[in-house]
Amino acid sequence: MLVKTGIPTEEQVRQVSPSQERLAAGPVAVIECFQEIPCNPCWEACAKGAILGMDDMNNIPKLNFDKCNGCGTCAMKCPGLAIFIIDSSYSPTEAVVRLPYEFYPLPEADEEVIGLNRAGEKLGKFKVIKVQKGGIHNKTALIWVAVPNQLAFELRNIQIERVVNVG
Amino acid sequence: MRETEVLVVGGGPAGMVAAIEAAERGAKVVLTERDDRLGGQLIKQTHKFFGSQKQYAGSRGIDISKLLEGKLSNNSNIEILTETTVLGIYEDGVVTMEGADKHLKLKPKRTIIATGASEKFLPFANNDLPGIYGAGAVQTLMNVYGVTPGQRVLMVGAGNIGLIVSYQLMQSGVEVAAIIDAAPKIGGYLVHASKIRRAGVPILTSHTILNAYGQEFVEGAILASLDDKWQPIAGTEKDLTVDVICLAVGLSPLTELCWQAGCEMKYIPEFGGYVPRKNEFLETTVPGLYVCGDAGGVEEASAAMVEGRVAGIAAAESLGYGLNNVQALKAALKDLEELRSGPAGEKILKGLEKLLAKGETAC
Repeated sequence: MLVKTGIPTEEQVRQVSPSQERLAAGPVAVIECFQEIPCNPCWEACAKGAILGMDDMNNIPKLNFDKCNGCGTCAMKCPGLAIFIIDSSYSPTEAVVRLPYEFYPLPEADEEVIGLNRAGEKLGKFKVIKVQKGGIHNKTALIWVAVPNQLAFELRNIQIERVVNVG
Repeated sequence: MRETEVLVVGGGPAGMVAAIEAAERGAKVVLTERDDRLGGQLIKQTHKFFGSQKQYAGSRGIDISKLLEGKLSNNSNIEILTETTVLGIYEDGVVTMEGADKHLKLKPKRTIIATGASEKFLPFANNDLPGIYGAGAVQTLMNVYGVTPGQRVLMVGAGNIGLIVSYQLMQSGVEVAAIIDAAPKIGGYLVHASKIRRAGVPILTSHTILNAYGQEFVEGAILASLDDKWQPIAGTEKDLTVDVICLAVGLSPLTELCWQAGCEMKYIPEFGGYVPRKNEFLETTVPGLYVCGDAGGVEEASAAMVEGRVAGIAAAESLGYGLNNVQALKAALKDLEELRSGPAGEKILKGLEKLLAKGETAC
C-alpha cells in the first residue's frame, strides 16, 4: 500500500491512466500524484489548461487527456517527480516513457540503461533515445526510454551502470 | 547604546523575509544570524519546493535563499550581522549579542524571533557511536561542505526530512540501506516516498531501531518490527550493516529567547514543543515581540516565509511605516490559510487551535 511502502497500487495507477485510444494517439501525461498536498506547479506550468481541479492547491490534479499534448512541461516542473509522459505511438511494438531524473551523470542518447519499476526492481536493459535537459534553473531532466509496449506503465526509473574503479 | 527599529533574530527563510518586508516599508532593520552565512536550512535544500508560485514553488531552496539574499543586500535599511549570536533579551528591552569576538548591546523598538528549530534525538543503545548523525548535520556535510557522511546509511524517520535527506544521499552517491519509521504510515509526502522507493530503497513502516553496534564507530544496527501498540515484536530482529545512522525524528522550536523575554508559553505537541502564545499577526504576549517560522511552531519553509511576511509587515505597521498594510497582511494570512487548508495542514490547524484556546494553564 502506498502509505506504507511508497509504491502506488495497480488500481491507483489505473485511475490516472488514459484510455487505449488516447494512448495510441500520441504522447500524454500520466500524473501519479495520489495525495492532497499544498502544491500546484504542474497546473501553473500547463499552457494547454489541461490540468484541472486546482482552484485549491491542496487538490489532486486531474488531467484532461484530450487537451494534453504530452509536451512534458509539467513533468519537468513537478517538485514530486510524479509525472511521466507516455508515447505509445513510438512504434508498433515499443512505447517511450519520458521520466524525470535528477542524478548525475545523466545518461546519453543511445545508451543502454537498467529500467526499474515503482518498487525499484530491475526490468531489464533499455535504450535511452533522448535526454531533455532541465536548464540551469530547473535542472530536472526528462529521460526518454524506449520500452516494449507492455512495460509503458511499469518502467518508472532508470539506473546507470557505473564503472567502479577497484584499483 | 545602539538602537534600531526592528531586530530580526535568525537569517533563515522566516527571518530573511521578515527583514525584507519591514525594511521595504521603511523601517531600519538589523538582521542577526549566528552562522557565517544567511539562508538557514534553505541553503541545504537542493530539492524543488512545493506550494504555489507565490511561495517560490518549483524552485530549489538554495536558489530561493540566493533570491532573498539579493533582496536583502539591495536594501539600505537592512544591516546584516552574520556570525552573531543573540544571547539575551532584558527587561529594559536591551538585547545582547556576541559577534566578531565582541559583546554587543542593541535596543530595538520591535523584535522578531525567527530562530528556527533544533533536531530531536532518539534513545537507543549505543546511540553515541561515531557515525550517528542528525539529518541536518548530514545535509550540512553534503550540501554545504561537499563531504559524504559514509558509504551506507540507515535513515530513521520517514517524514519529509527523512525522505528528502535520503534522496540527497542517493544523489551524492551514498547507498541508503533502508528508511524506517515507527509509525504505521509514511509521514512525509508520498511523492517523495515513491521516488525513493523506485530507486530501490525499502521504506519499512512500523519498524524501530533496537540498538546500534560497532567497536570504534557504527558498523550496523538491529531493527525490529513494531506491533499496533508500538512495541517490538520478538523474533523480528533484523541486522543491517551500515556505517551511518541518520536520525530524522522531528524538530523542536528554539524558543529560549521567548522564554527569557517573558512570553506566555504553551506546550503544543503538534508544533514540536513549547511555543509562545501569539495573535493572528504573530505578536507574542510581550508587546512588540513577534515570532515567525519554526520558532513559533514547527512547520515547513514555505509557511515560514509567509509567516515572515506577516511578522515583518505587522512590525512595520506598528511603527507607522508602509501603505496598504492591512491588505498586505490579509493577503499573507490568506496564503497561510491556503497552505494549511488541505489534509497536510490539519496538524498545524489543530496546533493553532490549541494555542489560541483560552482558559487553559500556560506558563
